[in-house]
Amino acid sequence: MIAKENDNDAGHIEVKTTTCYMCACRCGIRVTLRDGEVRYIQGNPEHPLNKGVMCAKGASGIMKQYSPARLTQPLRRKQGSERGTGEFEPISWEEAFSTLSERLGKIRAEDPSKFALFTGRDQMQALTGMFSKQFGTPNYAAHGGFCSVNMAAGMIYTIGGSFWEFGGPDLERAKLFVMIGTAEDHHSNPMKIALSKFKRKGGRFISINPIRTGYSAIADEWVPIKPGTDGALLLAFIHELLRLGLYDREFLIDYSNAAELVNQDETSDEFGLFMRTDAPKEEGCFDQQNKYWWDRDKNQAVPVREEGADPFLLGEFELKDGTKVKPSFQLLKEQVEKYTPEWAEGITGISAEDIRRIAYEMGVTARDQKIELPIPWTDVWGKDHESLSGNPVAFHSMRGLAAHSNGFHSIRTLGILMSILGTIDRPGGFRHRAPFPRPIPPCAKPPKGWDDVKPNTPLNGMPLGWPADPEDLFVDDKGEPIRIDKAFSWEHPLSVHGLMHNAITNAWRGDPYPIDTLLIFMSNMAWNSAMNTGDVRNMLADKNEDGEYKIPFLVVADAFQSEMTAFADLVLPDTTYLERHDVMSMLDRPISEYEGPVDSVRVPILPPTGECKPFQDVLIELGTRLGLPAFVTAEGKRKYRDYPDFIVNFETEPGSGIGFLSGWRGKGGEDFMRGEPNPKQWEMYEKNNSVFHYDLPKSYQYMRNWNKGYLTWAQRHSLTRYVEPINIHIYSEVLQKFRLAAQGKTKGKQPPERLRKRIETYFSPLPFYFEPLESQLTDTRTYPLNALTQRPMAMYHSWDSQNAWLRQIHAHNYLFVNPKLAKEQGIKDGDWIWAESSHGKLRCMCRFSEAVEPGTVWTWNAIGKASGAWGLSPKANESQKGFLLNHIISEELPEHEAGEHISNSDPITGQAAWFDVRVRIYKAEDGEPEQTSPQFSPLKAYPGMNGKQTKKRWQAYFAGMFSKKK
Amino acid sequence: MQLALLIDLNVCVGCHACVTSCKEWNTSGAAGPMADFNPYGKDPTGTFFNRVQTFEIGAFPKVETVHFPKSCLHCEEPPCVPVCPTGASYKREEDGIVLVDYDKCIGCKYCSWACPYGARELDEKQKVMKKCTLCVDRLYDQNLPEAERLPSCVMACPTSARLYGDIHDPDSEVSVQIRENGGYQLMPEWGTKPSNHYLPRRKTRIHLHQDELERVDNPLKKEGLQPQPPSDQKTLDETTSW
Repeated sequence: MIAKENDNDAGHIEVKTTTCYMCACRCGIRVTLRDGEVRYIQGNPEHPLNKGVMCAKGASGIMKQYSPARLTQPLRRKQGSERGTGEFEPISWEEAFSTLSERLGKIRAEDPSKFALFTGRDQMQALTGMFSKQFGTPNYAAHGGFCSVNMAAGMIYTIGGSFWEFGGPDLERAKLFVMIGTAEDHHSNPMKIALSKFKRKGGRFISINPIRTGYSAIADEWVPIKPGTDGALLLAFIHELLRLGLYDREFLIDYSNAAELVNQDETSDEFGLFMRTDAPKEEGCFDQQNKYWWDRDKNQAVPVREEGADPFLLGEFELKDGTKVKPSFQLLKEQVEKYTPEWAEGITGISAEDIRRIAYEMGVTARDQKIELPIPWTDVWGKDHESLSGNPVAFHSMRGLAAHSNGFHSIRTLGILMSILGTIDRPGGFRHRAPFPRPIPPCAKPPKGWDDVKPNTPLNGMPLGWPADPEDLFVDDKGEPIRIDKAFSWEHPLSVHGLMHNAITNAWRGDPYPIDTLLIFMSNMAWNSAMNTGDVRNMLADKNEDGEYKIPFLVVADAFQSEMTAFADLVLPDTTYLERHDVMSMLDRPISEYEGPVDSVRVPILPPTGECKPFQDVLIELGTRLGLPAFVTAEGKRKYRDYPDFIVNFETEPGSGIGFLSGWRGKGGEDFMRGEPNPKQWEMYEKNNSVFHYDLPKSYQYMRNWNKGYLTWAQRHSLTRYVEPINIHIYSEVLQKFRLAAQGKTKGKQPPERLRKRIETYFSPLPFYFEPLESQLTDTRTYPLNALTQRPMAMYHSWDSQNAWLRQIHAHNYLFVNPKLAKEQGIKDGDWIWAESSHGKLRCMCRFSEAVEPGTVWTWNAIGKASGAWGLSPKANESQKGFLLNHIISEELPEHEAGEHISNSDPITGQAAWFDVRVRIYKAEDGEPEQTSPQFSPLKAYPGMNGKQTKKRWQAYFAGMFSKKK
Repeated sequence: MQLALLIDLNVCVGCHACVTSCKEWNTSGAAGPMADFNPYGKDPTGTFFNRVQTFEIGAFPKVETVHFPKSCLHCEEPPCVPVCPTGASYKREEDGIVLVDYDKCIGCKYCSWACPYGARELDEKQKVMKKCTLCVDRLYDQNLPEAERLPSCVMACPTSARLYGDIHDPDSEVSVQIRENGGYQLMPEWGTKPSNHYLPRRKTRIHLHQDELERVDNPLKKEGLQPQPPSDQKTLDETTSW
């Protein structure tokens, strides 16, 4: 062998850099082409995010590019064919555009709320959100509501930042790292790089998770926990740390509202709000500093941060006018009084002894291994500090905590735990990534009522925003929802990412109203993106008595044939990530590092396949044809040639200097963050590894909530409006304001009667533990088990089970069951079994695992596919042996006090409670088919798809020869 | 010189980056193509030079999940070489890499029977034996930047769990790691002297003393409080009467 030791001899070689999109991590890649075909995709060593490394998905990008599931032509459902059968005929783009612009133009002129746009993991929400706002529809969201919005909201409403792209653990300097729940699939390569360095330098890694997979495999200690009980554990940690005084007092006083006095007069309409001085309220969306401490020396209330004051954190005091007050830290202490380790043991399944030990490990490590860096900095109040200190205990958490109906409070508890240990934006703890931290809550607000939705007019307000009090809710005069997904209503007031998981059910039911056109981009709502897959499939194909579909017009944009495209009336073929321009924008969810802002681009490596068109270009074209103000000149003429032109020339306001990309702005590329459009911006990114990053001066890299240098820099560079402290909300006055409204103590917006108790209960200003809603409303003796999903690393956050290489790693999934539990049921390893919830049942194969808590069963998610979908053969393992747990999950709760059709979500944020489902398992009968259930009629290849490739018995990929061989 | 991989099980998270980056490089390289059987059909399977096996050790809750990457170990005494009837299997003198000459291979599988590690796979399409080449077509390629003259799996590995070097050079990183961190060979009793080594799992613990919990600078003192024992802690008061 080894005919040619020099790879260059085999063909014409070209090398380009771009950004990966096999998942949401967005690593820098270098793509080598040989004779126009992809030879090699490698991690770009010059890229700050992945520093040259790659993951299993990234290295399999070739098989995505040449997948038989690729859509190559715009398609229209055949006249007379039924939705869901996948009967299509090709049409031209001109026909697709004229159909769309005519229909959408009419909707916009009559009632823009009849158009809804929901997008998947697109990472281009700045554009899709802007399109929707310009259109004027209130009905827009991306997939955050069913992904991890609790992690965003729970943390951002507490510390002004959160995990994933927004921040993370500083493993470079941490000594103890605690990961809670499944947390692997965001920022995964950087996390893997950091975790291995951390382990190698002797850091201690504790993983708390019902299942030992993923990173937990290499943990020094695995602590199995019952699903949905993380909040109980975290509250018990706080109980122990407060009892023993293992908290960072100075940090809490200086940088949180722990010492601030809360009104305790139960008869007052301001009960539970901070006592405020008479100083006039300043304008702006930042925390007003007009609050009080109780000074130890003067033994009286003094304005916060009064010179020389040293406040009590604990105690009960009385103001001169007789008002009883307590520091919010005292309220926290009272709140966690009952949450003892013994109490938590009964809920979490973790022994009280272990809970204490782990709490002490955190507390003592934070206190005794303090880091002191010789970096001077100045706080926002003007005080100079000679050094930067930190407490080296770091945490990481994502969906494991988030995807429960009690997730918001669990995550707020985690934020508070991290704060009392003194670890926020300090070395060795949690660190922010630009544009975070942001004010608590951030400034963007949703519209406030129907007056903000008008024909032929952009929406007045942001489609997604951050309510600060009930007045920010988006409800009608009766307090009922205006959005189709009921986001920002009293049902889920802080649903900051929307509730995509309820959009189809609500549209089908016409609740709050029917819509006309639903545009879905890159989201598989007829399969793994729906909580109630079977029902959604029926709803999409359901008709009124007059024969018209209940959702009259369904448009799906995607690069691949999927369960969802099968239901479309119009299919718009998107390109792959190797065929288009794209931006990871500072206006969206950039890829910043702890050290400073980073954004990046994708550039086309290959020409589009067939007639594929990047969805961004589709939106620009559609926006132009519809005459949406941002896309046309004052005269109504086309403003942008295409997406690349738009990216370079668009500014948030004329002359603002803020656009989608922050690097190489200004006429000649001399500016960054802010500056005039630069016609050569794309070229400059291309020349610089497709990435822009700016390293902040060291003194700006920490304590950014309170760092004068950083905040001033951020203000100058348009990342933030205010140079004001972002103090940690140990006590959430925002939540208390909603509770007061529910108690009828406020004059403004009021919840409908049926929701008063719900709001009063869940909008607790301090976190509390409650059993997940589904468990409260389900007979848990009949359904004693929790059922979870995780993603295998080769498919983290991806949508590529059809990938010829990756599917050889996981072609089908099993239900993993602890052998102890299985044996009680007479189930053997490999048996066909049924898993049943109160919503449905499915048949699958059982696999024994000792690495799962015995009250939990689980499976790898999104491997199971519908027969014939994703360019796979109808006999493929994915559909015959693979299964989707979603078939036994529901998007709505059973009827209860709060109403008949309440989303199966967190009552605060609307986060889909995927991980709350309760099940039982039992052996399948002898003679049942050895095939997963449910099954659906096989999908056929659509026109323009390479059906022959699906049927191929062999495929031997060799770059430069592959297409020629066909 | 004996080039080899050292795989650190202490940090391997089982992500399979090595598996597909190997496939990706080699299918279009000197050792390719690497065919896939039923790529979009039932029971897909194909040629891989490197696979990760995952297994559990122990019983709940004292259980370890181990990810175990496996490829040709480039033995110093490779049993696959002498059994080859055509001389297709050979070990290079200059760097110790074990290779197969596809032009001479007749696909008789003697070598795969002789290999105690199951590291060889017959390419069912080409009917020749294939296996890890340590990306020999990268190692000496002057067109590649020097830092990238490495096996594809080593470059890809996000946890840098795959170290690469000369195990005969006592100062190489792999030799130092093997010596200092308990590097071991698979089934040394077979006398194959495998060149690839593995590093074992290591655990870090924190040991706390009671007096570390009760310190004079306890912030509770500022509140006029001292740490209290749990309210339900048993005391003599409840059990003594004299």
